[in-house]
Amino acid sequence: MRVPLSWLAEYVDLPADATPDSVMAELVKVGLEEEGSHAFEVTGPVVVGQVLEFTPEEQSNGKTIRWCQVRVAPEGSKAADGGEDVRGIVCGASNFEVGDKVVVCLPGATLPGDFHIAARSTYGHISDGMLASARELNFSDDHAGIMRLNTMGLDPKIGSDALELLHLNDAAAEVNVTPDRGYCFSVRGIAREYAHATGADFRDPKGNAVLNHGEGFALTFTDPNPVRNQPGMQRMILRSVMGIDANKPTPPWMIARLKLSGMRSISLAVDITNYVMLELGQPTHAYDLDKLRGGITVRRAAAGETLKTLDGQVRKLHPEDLLICDESGPIGLAGVMGGESTEVDSNTKNVLIEAANFDPISIARTARRHKLSSEASKRFERGVDPMIADNAAARVVQLLEVHALGEGNILGAEYNQLAASTPIFLPLGFAESVVGINFDEEEQVRILSEIGCVVANVDGGFEVIAPSWRPDLRHKTDLVEEIARIGGYHRIPSRLPVAPPGRGLTRSQQLRRQAISALVGSGFTEVLTYPFMSSEQNRWFAADDQPLSVKLANAMQEEASELRSSMLPGLIDAAKRNLSRGLVDLAIFEEGSVFLPTSKVTAGSQLPIGNQRPEPEQLALLNSEIPAQPKHLAVLLAGARVPSQVGQREIAASYQDSVNAVLSVARSASVELEIRQAIRTGFHPGRCAEFFTADSVLVAVAGELDPALATQNDLPRRVAVAEIDMSAIYESAPKTISASEIKVMPAATQDLSLVVDVEVSASSLQQAIVEGAGELLESIVLTDDYRGDNIAANKKSLTFAMRFRADNRTLTQAEATAAREAGVAMAAEKYSAVLRA
Amino acid sequence: MSGSNAISESVVAQAVASALEAIAGATDLASLRALKQATVGEQSEIAKLNAQLKSIDAEHKAAAGALIGKARGEINAAFASKEEQFAAAEELAKLGAEKVDMTAVATRVPFGARHPLSLLQDQISDVFIGMGWEIAEGPELEHEWFNFDALNFDADHPARAMQDTFFVEPVESHLVLRTHTSPVQVRSLLERDLPVYVLCPGRVFRTDELDATHTPVFHQVEGLAIDKGLTMADLRGTLEHFARIMFGPEAQIRLRPSFFPFTEPSAELDVWHPGAKGGARWVEWGGCGMVNPNVLLAAGIDPEVYQGFAFGMGIERTLMFRNDVRDMHDMVEADVRFSQQFGVNL
Repeated sequence: MRVPLSWLAEYVDLPADATPDSVMAELVKVGLEEEGSHAFEVTGPVVVGQVLEFTPEEQSNGKTIRWCQVRVAPEGSKAADGGEDVRGIVCGASNFEVGDKVVVCLPGATLPGDFHIAARSTYGHISDGMLASARELNFSDDHAGIMRLNTMGLDPKIGSDALELLHLNDAAAEVNVTPDRGYCFSVRGIAREYAHATGADFRDPKGNAVLNHGEGFALTFTDPNPVRNQPGMQRMILRSVMGIDANKPTPPWMIARLKLSGMRSISLAVDITNYVMLELGQPTHAYDLDKLRGGITVRRAAAGETLKTLDGQVRKLHPEDLLICDESGPIGLAGVMGGESTEVDSNTKNVLIEAANFDPISIARTARRHKLSSEASKRFERGVDPMIADNAAARVVQLLEVHALGEGNILGAEYNQLAASTPIFLPLGFAESVVGINFDEEEQVRILSEIGCVVANVDGGFEVIAPSWRPDLRHKTDLVEEIARIGGYHRIPSRLPVAPPGRGLTRSQQLRRQAISALVGSGFTEVLTYPFMSSEQNRWFAADDQPLSVKLANAMQEEASELRSSMLPGLIDAAKRNLSRGLVDLAIFEEGSVFLPTSKVTAGSQLPIGNQRPEPEQLALLNSEIPAQPKHLAVLLAGARVPSQVGQREIAASYQDSVNAVLSVARSASVELEIRQAIRTGFHPGRCAEFFTADSVLVAVAGELDPALATQNDLPRRVAVAEIDMSAIYESAPKTISASEIKVMPAATQDLSLVVDVEVSASSLQQAIVEGAGELLESIVLTDDYRGDNIAANKKSLTFAMRFRADNRTLTQAEATAAREAGVAMAAEKYSAVLRA
Repeated sequence: MSGSNAISESVVAQAVASALEAIAGATDLASLRALKQATVGEQSEIAKLNAQLKSIDAEHKAAAGALIGKARGEINAAFASKEEQFAAAEELAKLGAEKVDMTAVATRVPFGARHPLSLLQDQISDVFIGMGWEIAEGPELEHEWFNFDALNFDADHPARAMQDTFFVEPVESHLVLRTHTSPVQVRSLLERDLPVYVLCPGRVFRTDELDATHTPVFHQVEGLAIDKGLTMADLRGTLEHFARIMFGPEAQIRLRPSFFPFTEPSAELDVWHPGAKGGARWVEWGGCGMVNPNVLLAAGIDPEVYQGFAFGMGIERTLMFRNDVRDMHDMVEADVRFSQQFGVNL
């Protein structure tokens, strides 16, 4: 909400040197956060001048300028800039006549955009100032020609200050109005809050005009199917004004205030309704009485009805839309926007003024349904003071009488079904028990009265009736907020509460940190990416041709309209960006949620109400409708794992690094994984592994990115990636580790080379050896994979370094050899392995 | 030979002198070792004299033996000392030859780094863990009831539209990307025993275009305490403690009246940031308030018995003013240099 300071000062005392900043500094204390200040940005000598004569001069560029003599000060006096009383000025506009009073910006003036006026040489003359259009002064959007003050109902003195005349010295403060404070969408509300913040006197503009008697106009309200059981309308005041001159100009002070408030001047009648809305917070509407057919009916829309609103759009109406109708049908979307058919125009003679109070929820739904958020709907949605409608109607009538020369007429109608206000019981010590400040009885009553409540002392507390403009005050806690807010949040003392002893991080929270530390310790850099994907990206790693995914209804971009089902596309994007910035050696990872619906997302069950704990079955149902979102961790490596350095050959990042990353993350959670060769979408067909827990749960995949996918994303051909289901890792992590005894007897070491088919994986062969060798085998490490000379085609020789140890004696070589032979036997049995000759 | 006592002191002294002279004449370990036989070995003069001992008569034998033993000891010691001297010199020369440029060392394991947003969440969590609070988590793709209804956002209240929500297709699924971490508060109240003191860090989503100060995906941390007898004083005390840990012992907090559907009274939270770039100043940090009774009712808690407070702040915003990050793009673009400048510290 923007409030011109001159307007605010009418209803609350402002210091003489008040600025938008000083006003905002006060308002923020009572909860109206500052948004910014607004001014016309016109300064310096800007005066009323009179065109004495002009000569049109055609220029070589085809343009005709006027060389004008303009009187800028009474004869014989100095002008505002200290110069001559008549000036020669070049003007490009041609909408004025000799004798017109115009706005002259003299040298030294500054216009919006930091435009400095100076005497300058142009079109063969010295132009000693500028004749201004309304737009050049920021006064309105009119740039059809220069301002002709005499056509605006003004007859100012030559040489007088035009800034003062047009109210361009005014400035506005803009504050953010929270959704509970609808009444602050008015100068009235802001003035009241300013009074609360400073203690200055508040003068309620409600009293600016009092409604005359009115009758004789037909008004009907029917609402057999109210929205959420609230009647669509509590109140409506209709009054007529006859014989207006619709072509009378809007007075400059009104234009200036509207402009500073962020509204454009449209026509006098419309400007007046807007002005009253800004002043009192009550939206009002003016109908051309002669275009109305019969009386007014307020009702819900019927199926199939349409309405052409003032913005020229034809709206298909919904049965919940509340309508203003005459005998011709709908003429307005109640509380949102008027219709075109009864619009006030330049020929309008007689008008009907409407000031009504509509149900916030009904208006909110209509505004949202038609994507039509208007100044009126914004106010109704947040709640308009139902007691102000009559004053607002009266104020519109009054202003039309004064400025449009109309005459208020008794033709009118009223509908009043005001909801009764319910008193709120506020126990005496309740405010202190919430805020922690000892508010005495007197202070509580004083504050509540100050904000407009009616307070009665009752046994053990107060009975409080909230003011009509505060529909947000419904519960004793709401009253406490008012007491704290006006009493001052700065008085709240400080006390550190003692929580019961906590259990620390949960096991999975600890494991997450350990996994991240493990990766960071081995040289990975953590990145964060958006979880939004294109459907194509979501297919890159999906096993299914038509993978299920979560699609957004209002994505910001089509290529980011789904939620990720894998972390890898995000890392590929990140790698692409880093590479494009010349960062070619990458080892990155990200931990986060992936979104894995198990069935197509469809309409859900009914929403339970808000302020009541749902039944357990209801809660279970809600939770079951939320797709699974396990935590995943993904890594990507490209370029050099270890770059070429002094004494160090480059080690290229490879599938080995991605496999190691998986193992190191699993190891950080003490989870042993079995590696199996695999073929998966998105991976190099010969360089992909899956990782399984002891319970055969697939928890990770690692390998080399499909080179085609890498190329498509402008990545090098060899990119190593892995993705780990962290939720599954946490699940299979042991709660505690039981220690085994550290054996101290001497060990025996032996090497073993076995020849097997190339298709036999090293890990399965090793597993067989371990199984066969038995307990004496303490450690086994694959040290070589040899193919070639002396080894048959389709065979390979795998060499293992083995360490044997017994717990109670020094092992003899014979014992170690026997254990090794047992391992060889098992390998031979399972994989036809033979000892390398 | 018989009855001889022919080993005279002068002969022995002569043998010693010549051996010592030879040893002294060695120039390095190799030339010394070449003299070994001739000076201390079986071929040495002293060894030869020693061999004569067996033919000496018994009465002189002991004295001659002692004489030769002493001489032998003297020669051996001289040889050993020289040998040690040469060995040390050679080792020194060898080490000298092994000198490398210690400023040109290869990095075998590259240095890793945390993303500061994730690190900051962990650090904030630790502050509250230290106070006995627990860390609560919940889904990012959330049911509308948890994100709005249970938090006192009426379906038709303008506050619901204020949140710029991402909805899932079809919208009748009632699934949204959570607009705040507050649904985790509701879940905590539904699932945990009272009293509840939890911190909820996490990712949240709003339909804001990415620019220098906005991002559609960002992080929040919210705190919730529900107990008997908690007031806004406890809220202030908690926030002050938190602010001092984050911004130093001179940090202060300031509360300004505001509105949130899930708190009443509500406040905006400013922090006095003593280390702010360009000088200490007040910075908008987050929102807070006393939990609205309707939120407690949504979790089946009697607001006449229990009450408490909640607060929340943006992690991005906190990082921006705490660590002088100027542009939101740096936080979301996954450029490794952004994380790497922090390493594992903030």
